[in-house]
Amino acid sequence: MLEVKGLTKRFGGNVAVKSVDYSVQQGKINAIIGPNGAGKSTFFNLITGVHEPTEGTIIYKNQEITRQPANVIAKLGVARTFQSTHLFEMSTVKDNVIVGHRLRTKSNLFDSIFRTKRLKEEEQQCIAKAEESLDFVGLSHVSDQLVTNISQEEKKRVAFALALATDPEIVFLDEPTAGVNPDETDEMANLIQKMSDKGLTICLIEHKMPMIMRLAHHIMVLNYGEKIAEGTPAEIQKNEEVIKAYLGGTVSA
Amino acid sequence: MNILTNKKVIISLLIVLGIVFPFIIPNLYYLHIMTLAFIWTIAVYGLNLLAGYTGYLSLAHGGFFAIGAYVIGILTVKLEMGFWLSFLLAPLVTMFIGLIIGLFALRTKEHFFAIYTLCVGYIIYLVIDKWEGLTGGVRGLIGIPLPEAIGPISFQSPTAQYYLAFIIFLLVVAVIYRIVHSLTGRTFVAIRNSEDLALSLGISTKRNKLLAFVLSTFFAGLAGAMYAGFIRFIGPEIAYTTITFDLLTYMIVGGIGTFAGPIVGTFLIVIISQNLQFLQDYRMLIFGPLLTLLIIFSPRGIVGFIQMQLYQRKRKKQESLAYKNREEETNAGG
Repeated sequence: MLEVKGLTKRFGGNVAVKSVDYSVQQGKINAIIGPNGAGKSTFFNLITGVHEPTEGTIIYKNQEITRQPANVIAKLGVARTFQSTHLFEMSTVKDNVIVGHRLRTKSNLFDSIFRTKRLKEEEQQCIAKAEESLDFVGLSHVSDQLVTNISQEEKKRVAFALALATDPEIVFLDEPTAGVNPDETDEMANLIQKMSDKGLTICLIEHKMPMIMRLAHHIMVLNYGEKIAEGTPAEIQKNEEVIKAYLGGTVSA
Repeated sequence: MNILTNKKVIISLLIVLGIVFPFIIPNLYYLHIMTLAFIWTIAVYGLNLLAGYTGYLSLAHGGFFAIGAYVIGILTVKLEMGFWLSFLLAPLVTMFIGLIIGLFALRTKEHFFAIYTLCVGYIIYLVIDKWEGLTGGVRGLIGIPLPEAIGPISFQSPTAQYYLAFIIFLLVVAVIYRIVHSLTGRTFVAIRNSEDLALSLGISTKRNKLLAFVLSTFFAGLAGAMYAGFIRFIGPEIAYTTITFDLLTYMIVGGIGTFAGPIVGTFLIVIISQNLQFLQDYRMLIFGPLLTLLIIFSPRGIVGFIQMQLYQRKRKKQESLAYKNREEETNAGG
């Protein structure tokens, strides 16, 4: 569904991502793991159009999207979340999520000033979408609260709801459970599973191995910007190079 | 609902107050001050749209205000065009100049954007001050005509001018209300929150930032044209950065990024300044510390502060209600 060939990103003399070939398996939960600084987030940023790759191609649904800006890629059905949430704290949860469906609407300034039929319809559509997404992530009960008054884990769910409101086909999650306690981590894992069950293709970066091993269908391991292994959780757990990368040098350790 | 917090009641009362003001206080000086306050508020709304809702603090706003004023001045005085046609053209020309400047200015962000636009504002001032052939230089433009009568309505009297400004003011408030409370406004707010997030949600930040910038220059130009038509004399000092900082103060005191902020801030400061007139420039000794305190304790100004209080009260009420219900349930159960 989404395929990457020879993807490379250099920041000055630093190679953050080095000639990575990878393909996201449709309808599955794909995970990207690796030690800190392995280039995982950069890899995400390249695919979602935040950074331009130095070399390589990205193909999504038989269409090259290599140097497209992030907003164009989002319109094609690629959604993402960030490591830290960027919500508007002084506004309600629902108000934050409504704009998530904006990319599927066509109303312009003229529609806004004259409150045309199109604007009213599209506004309703956005509100309905926001409610639906919040319901899906289990936040209907706080939709009228200010974001500043909800918990960290709930903010993460709001970020999920925002991504879902864009009507994506594939969702990239950048460390969805960072800063979330173990119980809540399990619930987040359930939510990711639920998204996958709904037919969404998932690709996530995570550090919490037990969760990844339970959740993911397919794992890629990055180290120093290079792909060092790829396969099912069972294969990855046995892979010597992965163990070496994580434990630092000696396999016997 | 409490009558004092009902929005419709407050708005209708304010409109009625605006209509009857010339009758309650038949003082030409106060009428003049009020008319100016309407004009400043329009300019502040433009600034708020960009700085408050989109998150781009433009310090060229006074410059665009002056462009609006000078366009109408040049068209009527030098080219002897009619007032209304010039009045229509002034904000449009300002908007066009805004579009060109915006294309460059919006390549920068945050502080750099503020500094860049500060320079642009100063350049606008210099051009107006030095280009004598076009703008009259330091002597300015004198004799901008009154608006021509529309049918039986003439704009000779200060009262008529007051009502003209009031009507345009109401129209602007209505238009801004619709922009802010629509998908367009939500798009602006999304950009202010985080441009990366907005982009990932499929929003073209480039286009929407430019839209917000051009809109803000439109309202600055409109206010400038109204100012020129009202005062009927303009000099280069209206392009000076002090105007920008006055507008900025009005916006911050009222509440940056709030809908009622520009009205509250502008009217409050204009009225207070009038009452502190006897202190001359020492007024700033009072304003400075007050502004500092306000920014520290309520970054979203007076309106933001009130909104927060109302919200917290509502939340407390809900919580105590929920608590009561729970207690009743346990009592009934026990």
